[in-house]
Amino acid sequence: MGFQGFVRETGVGVRNHVAIIPAVGCVNEVVLRIASNVRGALPMLHHQGCAQLGPDLRTVTRVLSGIARNANVAGVLVISLGCESVRAEDIVKAVEGRKPVALIRVQTAGGVTKAVAEGIERAQEMALSGDAAREEASIAKLVVGVKCGASDTTSGLASNVAVGYAVDRIVDEGGTVIFGETTELMGAEDVVVRRAASPEIAKTILRHIQAMEERAKSMGVDMRGSQPTPGNIAGGLSTIEEKSLGAVVKSGTRPIVGALEYGEAPDGKGLYFMDSPGRELEFLTGLAACGCQIILFSTGVGAIQGFSLVPVIKVTGNRDTACRLAEHIDVDVSSILRGEETLEAAGERLVSEVIRVASGAEVRSEKLGYDTRGVNSGIYVKGPVL
Amino acid sequence: MTGTKRAILVHAKDTVATALEALPAGDRVRVEGVGDAPDREIELLEPIAFGHKFALADLQAGADVIKYGESIGRATQSIPPGAWVHVHNIESTRGRGDLAPSEGAA
Repeated sequence: MGFQGFVRETGVGVRNHVAIIPAVGCVNEVVLRIASNVRGALPMLHHQGCAQLGPDLRTVTRVLSGIARNANVAGVLVISLGCESVRAEDIVKAVEGRKPVALIRVQTAGGVTKAVAEGIERAQEMALSGDAAREEASIAKLVVGVKCGASDTTSGLASNVAVGYAVDRIVDEGGTVIFGETTELMGAEDVVVRRAASPEIAKTILRHIQAMEERAKSMGVDMRGSQPTPGNIAGGLSTIEEKSLGAVVKSGTRPIVGALEYGEAPDGKGLYFMDSPGRELEFLTGLAACGCQIILFSTGVGAIQGFSLVPVIKVTGNRDTACRLAEHIDVDVSSILRGEETLEAAGERLVSEVIRVASGAEVRSEKLGYDTRGVNSGIYVKGPVL
Repeated sequence: MTGTKRAILVHAKDTVATALEALPAGDRVRVEGVGDAPDREIELLEPIAFGHKFALADLQAGADVIKYGESIGRATQSIPPGAWVHVHNIESTRGRGDLAPSEGAA
């Protein structure tokens, strides 16, 4: 089983973008102005990169380097202010010699106007030279992220089940799948322990869940209304445990072969867990940083998010959502709940959609132009802004 | 109507079922079991919205509420079979910073 992709040294891309990456949030405006002048260039905006402590700065560097490495990226332009804590040259080094990359420092360039002019030129060169043709590639070259958002009870009964089926198929074909959303493993610990490939992996994941729960509890309040969200509760989900048990289904049934830090690239094939929050901005960015070329996103009441760099395939098991939010939904699997389609048939439709999208078919969020302005990305940090 | 499932039981151990359409109070509804979970019939005491849950057994206050074969929290009051089960009568035991440490530990 294969797809048509862009073969690069950092993997096989399913898209051909130029990523404009700010080393620090202070240069977001510069990044935005450059990207809006170059077709196919995407601004990877975020608010981090300075006045933070070591572990967070390492996370930011890891995430930005991962985005630069992502196989959907043909060329990279890093924008630095010049005085930030994150070292912009570390991001450059992540891809240097493997794909076109350039670095512009706004303070050195002589201000925003000159940096923007120089940036447009660099990005335009990369956009013109990145005109590669698609070639046949094996599904084993795919890294697929899975996510559920704006969940209701149909998520755990239909869409997550169908996504889980597709995950098993992709893993069995030698591909790689990454799931995460640490909060949404609270109450599903037994499932995680049962499926971890080693006791060490189980222990690492349990440690992440416990740390997330301790941080939530340290606020001294009931987590309900935050997790599950008000939308989840309206959709029939009563507790985080219920949400978690329905959510973990989307990771399929294969062994969990590794536990990744947020934005860390997997070191092999198979199913991986990534420590991360459930919120879309940070989670989708984390998946992109891990190297995901495609994301399977299951929704109940209707999450609308796409992600600029990575096509997001939106799946729902809620018929009402499939009709009302038709412009956002790529695959409707509500037929499973009506008894009109088997889980296997719906899951196979999802696998076919992954291959179609990997070969260039646009998902709904791409057709809508969702997030070409880069405002839907964000980096998850755990420490204070100083 | 044939083939349309109105309510679903995910796991044989479950003490709650999920409505797959809006179900009116007083209805005797057939609950379809997934896999080896048995089919059931139960009379509803309250209207149940699409995607919401109702009790299949008498749930005592403090008892674990079971869905997917696992605990999804505990009953905060006694819940009779056929009653709506949601945030008004069950609660999470996780991430409860509002509870004393001994009480909140799961």
